[in-house]
Parts: sequence; structure tokens; C-alpha cells
Amino acid sequence: MDRLTLYEQSFSSRLLLGTARYPSPATLAKAIEASRAEIVTVSLRREAGGMRGGETFWELVRASGARVLPNTAGCRTAKEAIVTAHMAREVFQTDWIKLEVVGDEDLLQPDPFGLVEAARVLAADGFCVFPYTTEDLSVAEKLLEAGCRVLMPWAAPIGSGRGINNLFGLRALRARFAETPLIVDAGLGAPSHAAAVMELGFDAALLNTAVARAADPVEMAQAFALAIDSGRRAYRAGLMTPRDFAEASTPVLGRAFGERSL
Amino acid sequence: MKIRVNGETREVAAQTLEALLAELDYGEGPQATALNHEFVRKEARAETRLKENDCVEIVTPRQGG
Repeated sequence: MDRLTLYEQSFSSRLLLGTARYPSPATLAKAIEASRAEIVTVSLRREAGGMRGGETFWELVRASGARVLPNTAGCRTAKEAIVTAHMAREVFQTDWIKLEVVGDEDLLQPDPFGLVEAARVLAADGFCVFPYTTEDLSVAEKLLEAGCRVLMPWAAPIGSGRGINNLFGLRALRARFAETPLIVDAGLGAPSHAAAVMELGFDAALLNTAVARAADPVEMAQAFALAIDSGRRAYRAGLMTPRDFAEASTPVLGRAFGERSL
Repeated sequence: MKIRVNGETREVAAQTLEALLAELDYGEGPQATALNHEFVRKEARAETRLKENDCVEIVTPRQGG
């Protein structure tokens, strides 16, 4: 079986699904089911006393049966991310943390310095860190040294739907860290984008906006699931190498009128 | 005393973090707390005393990407 292994946990699905921005909780629940995702991302936010929104949402996620990957979305410093990770571990009862430290407000680009600093502290404290990073090889190396055993490089800025922005960079990252599970996170807008990253050999893809903001999120969740399966199968099957010139697929030998054109 | 809860100034009677959660009707649902930017475990809330101008964060599960 071709299974995905992340921090000693094994999964059959290579699609991770975000839970934000769906038109309704019911649509979210159906989209999780249609995507066949076994891991969903969640967050923590301030809530006023007397409200029970967080509790209701948490019940929905638990009912889905998916494992949760809490994030530190919106944190701007290593300190904020570390405190948020500890709060997430208590609430969600998991050591897993999708570590985000925002370095640029317009692109929501990771701050590599804060990211590495937070990763080191959290890994030492027993967290299984999933760092949201760029395709930068040096940062990736530092994150692994810090104790991360999975990396989550972006394809493009969060919510942009642009697909692969830096094909060369992602290829280089895949080649350089052949043994590290790499999950492409952020920027995938279409199932073809997801298939493309899987064909490159990435281990999984994380989707949110492209599914949640589709006219039919449930249908789109299934479309992404099929594309990710397809891309993975293609990668394992071995893609042909592109050529600059045509090469006849039908045998040339034995063609009628082979000696001359009429 | 006056403290800040989730960014808003509040006048509260509670002397501990646990009492504050009860005073503000947070119930028994899933929630996490921080005091002055430091995480406070659930088990430590009862013994965590509040003082004037403290900053308290109370968060609950939310949708995330």
C-alpha cells in the first residue's frame, strides 16, 4: 500500500483539508467526507464568554473522525506562535502543530527566522512540528536541524490560488530532501495544480480556499481528491521525459508506400 | 479591578483565572488561556491570581487553514 507517514502516523489519504471559509458548517462536514481527508487543520481564536461557537465547531470536527492539525495562523513572532501552540495542545489534545509565523502582511510569507526559532523550542518541548515555509533550501535545512521531520512548503501565497509559483524551487526542494515528507501547503487553486505538485513527488497537499470558496465545495473537494490520487499514481508510475521534437508512436517500419510518397 | 480580556478592558471581581472564566460565563467547553502572554495550563488556573492591568487571553476552537 502507498501510504503517507507523518510522525509515525500512517494515512491512506494525501489530501489535508482546511476547515475555514465554508458557506456553512454542514457544507464543511460534507466537504471533509467528500475529500476523504484524514487530517484537517483547525485554529484557536478569541471568544467572548457565553458564546459556544468554538464548542460547536469542535464537535463537528470530532464527528468527522479526522485527525486535527492545529495551526498558529496569524502569529507574527516566535513567542506568539509558541504560546499559541501550547494552547492548541491543551485544547485539541495533540502534539501536532502547523507552525506559521507571518513575516509579510501582503503575501503572508513566512518569517524564516521566527519560524526556525519557534520550531526549535517546540520540537524540544515534544511537539510534532509542521512548519509552513517557503521553498528555500537553507531554511528547510535549518528547520530539519531544529527538529522538524515534515516540511510544508508553499506553492504560492495563502488563498491566492495561483498554483506553483516557483517550479524550479519546489523541484530542488523535493530533490534535496528526498526522504523528508513534504506537504505542499497554500496557493493551490485548481485540481490540476494539486496533480502537478503530486507529479513532482510531493507527499501530500493541503487545500482550503480553493475548496471552501468553490461554487460547490463538496464537488470541488472530491475533484481535488481525485487529482491528488491521480498525480500520486502518475509520479509512482514514472512520467515520461519531455522531448523537443516529435517521435512517432505508431511504428514507422512497415508503413504502406514506405519507399516514396505518392 | 480592571484587567484586559481578549483585548478589551473589563471591570471584574474574580481574583483568579479560574474564577474569571466562571464570572464571564465560559462554561466547561474547550478553551485555553494565557496571562500576560504566557500560557496557563487548565490545572493552574485556580491558583493563578489576577492583578490590576493583567492581560488575559481566552481562546476556543475555530475554523483554520
